[in-house]
This record gives sequence, C-alpha cells and structure tokens, in this order.
Amino acid sequence: MELKRTVKFEADRDPEFARWISHTVGGERIRHCLQCGLCSGKCPLSLYMDYTPRRLMHLSREGFKEEVLGSSSIWLCTACYACMVNCPKSINVTHLLYALKQRAIEERRYPRRFAIPVMARQFSDMVRGSGRITESWLILRVFLRTSIWRLLGMSGLGLKLLRTGRMPIKRERIQRRAEMEKLLDSVAATRKELAI
Amino acid sequence: MKYAYYPGCSLRGTGRAYEESLLAVFRALEVEVEEIDDWNCCGATTYMSVDELTSYALASRNLALAERDHSEIIAPCAACYLVLNKTQHYIRDYPDIKLVVTRALDAIGLKYHDKVRVRHPLDVLLNDVGPKAIAAKVKVPLNGLKIAPYYGCQIVRPYSTFDDQGDPTSMERLLEACGAKTVHYPLKTTCCGGSQKGTLPEVGLDLIHYLLSEAQKNGAEVITTVCPLCQFNLESFQKEAGDRHHPTAVPVLYFSQLLALALGAPADAIGLQRGFVPIGPVFANKEIAYA
Repeated sequence: MELKRTVKFEADRDPEFARWISHTVGGERIRHCLQCGLCSGKCPLSLYMDYTPRRLMHLSREGFKEEVLGSSSIWLCTACYACMVNCPKSINVTHLLYALKQRAIEERRYPRRFAIPVMARQFSDMVRGSGRITESWLILRVFLRTSIWRLLGMSGLGLKLLRTGRMPIKRERIQRRAEMEKLLDSVAATRKELAI
Repeated sequence: MKYAYYPGCSLRGTGRAYEESLLAVFRALEVEVEEIDDWNCCGATTYMSVDELTSYALASRNLALAERDHSEIIAPCAACYLVLNKTQHYIRDYPDIKLVVTRALDAIGLKYHDKVRVRHPLDVLLNDVGPKAIAAKVKVPLNGLKIAPYYGCQIVRPYSTFDDQGDPTSMERLLEACGAKTVHYPLKTTCCGGSQKGTLPEVGLDLIHYLLSEAQKNGAEVITTVCPLCQFNLESFQKEAGDRHHPTAVPVLYFSQLLALALGAPADAIGLQRGFVPIGPVFANKEIAYA
C-alpha cells in the first residue's frame, strides 16, 4: 500500500510557473478567477478529467506545476471554447489550456508514442515543407509513429474514403513553397530577438 | 461584390463534398467568389497548440493575400474560420505579435492592413443573400425533411458575431427556407471531440455517440454540419460508436449539400455519392425528387 499526503504544502509550489502562466499571451486575467466552476460545468470533457478546468486555473496560478503539467486535462481539451465564452470574468480559459499544452510538449511530459505531440510535430513539418496539409498522408505518418496496429484497424475506413474520392493520394502543395521557409525563419528570428 | 474564397486543406480531402456543394450554392445564388491565390494551411487547432506565434504568421499570409483584391473572405471550414479571426484579434491586441507578423510578411513581400473581414458561408447566405431570396429560387422543396442542425464549436465560439454562441439558428433559417423542418437539438453546439477520436479514441467515441443518439431520439432523419471534422467524425465512426453504446443510423450531410440540392443541383455534382450512410432511402421516403 502506497500512502501519499493528500494536502498540498506551500513548499510544493513553483513561483516561476505561477509567474509564467499569468504572463502568458491571453492568460493575463487568470488572477481574476472566482472559482465559480462555470468552465468545468460547460466543459464536455470535464467528466473525464483528473483536474477540471476550474481546478486547473487555481492550481496553475498558485504554481503547482507538477500537478498541472502531469494532468490528463491538458490532452483532453479539444479547444471547443465553451469554458471561455461562459466565463463571467472573461478569462481566456481555452488559451490558457493551449499554453499548458505547449509547455507540457516543450518539457516532454507525456507517455512514449503519445499521439498528440506526434501529430503536432508531423503537422508542422508538413506545413513547412508543402504549405498545405494532405490529411491522408498526415494520418498515415502519425499512425506509423504511434501504433501500426491501429493503422491496420483503420484500413477499412481508408478504403471507404478512397472509394468515395475523399482520400486523394496526390500531395497538396502551394506553388511558392520558398515563402513558407522564409516566413517561418523570420518568426523564429523575431522570437529570439524579443525573447518571447 | 466578389468575395475571396479560402477553402482550406480539408475541403480538398475528406471534406470535398463541402466544397462541391457550397460552390454549387454560390453559383445558383449568384454569389461571386474567387479563390485566394496560392493560399496556405491556416495552422488549425494543431499548430496553435505547439507554436502559436508561427500559426499567426501562417494565417496572416492568407489574410494579406486576400486583402490585395478583396474586402471580405469566406472561410467555410470551422478551424480556418476560427484561426483567421483569432489571428486578427491577436494582431490588434498584442504589439509583439503584430511585430512578428509584420516582419514575417515583409520577408515574403506582403503587407497586412487589417482591412479584410472574415466571414462564414452561413453568415453570407443568411445576411447578404437572405432566406427570402433563397426560397424564391428553390426548385426541389425538401418536403418537411427532419433535420438536426449541428454547429459544433468553432463557428460560433468564441469570435462569431453573426449568431448566438450557445443556441445559434442560422442553419435552421436557411434550411427551413428550402422546405425542411428542424428538430429540437440541444446538443447543437456541443463538441464532437475534434481529433480526439484519433488520439484518445474511447473519449472521442463517447462524444460522437451522444450527438448521434440525441439527434435520432429527437426524430432527425439527417444531421447537417458546417465543419469538415464534425462531418467526418459523426459519419465515419458512427458504426464504431454504435458498437460501443447502441447502434444509430443517421446520415450526416453538409448543410450546403441540402441547400444545393434544393436549388436544383444534381446529386453527383454535390458529393451525395461520397457519404457512408446512404441518404437515398431518406429522400425516397420524403418524395424529394432531386436531379
């Protein structure tokens, strides 16, 4: 039997994390949270979450980094914005969840072969290379890197999509592909310069 | 006025029927559109979650390209619509983001002046064309076909200004102008799970099932959507969601497919043959004699 302390101590807090979340773009209003719980009530995924949006707001502004970045809620959020448009204090809850997801990906806090970061990486690589997404190739690449078995399980659906002309094999590309690289390189340079 | 048209990646893949039928509707109603020259991916929800700054730059290239010749963009895909709108808001609100975007566009010889308005086809059809003008052009009335109008999330939240965020009615008004009936559908803006079916399948299947069974329970003969991902989820995983809970059999169409059909477009030109749940029996039952 593993026994763990159930009450959080002041010493568990990470003040840097609390500062970061309240200065993130779109997240400035987190300090105004009343803990009313409307976000959790409106969230269609909260019933699957270990920490509901209301609890995440409070834990993150107090700096409980381990709990927050280890939470399943970060990966369950589908960005449906139900929390955000219903917040009485106009807190950008969805954008805060985005910020937490970015941070969790940066710090590699996810299980091995977890599909969400893999998908994000493949997606951005494809945009850099082609300027557009070809859904069939994206899905193929994600499953090759996460679960071959599930790819095989999807072959029936793949055939149906092919038959109905909804899965073109030809890659979609923009004509002026060099522009993508220049655009993305410029973003990286300005980001470095402004340290944002 | 000619609108700039931004199809986005999905309308060239799984959502082909959306583009085919929407362009047919525009032709029938004489809404002139011109595709944005060499448009790129908007970044969608996925890019936004790994690298927001870059996603604003990606979206702004499309805004800048459209702005050269047009004052309004039509963006049918829910993700594109949201991302373009969000980018406009963030460029206005955050000087740092504006600087990043301005420099990135400068690197490829473009400028963005914040003069272009991003609009959804529902908004254009309802407010620029109007239900009366549409009703006057109906050739194949939908004979009281019972529809559950499903909006999903990103069209109505958080930036839309043309309809209510929790209980929108624009799709109802357009479809009713074509002779359809809409059923009570309280889940109309509840999330379908997005790409959850691919990443956390059990959760995705639950959400898909709630939406389908609620529509069926309320007497819907068909569900109409405005988003390529919603359409794909509700249709392609209907069997799998049914195996997990209890079976449903509701065809899922784009709202534009029914509008195009009512306006006299032939079935194979608006992607009706691309569906997985057959729609033919439903139309036969309602004696809808489409071309």
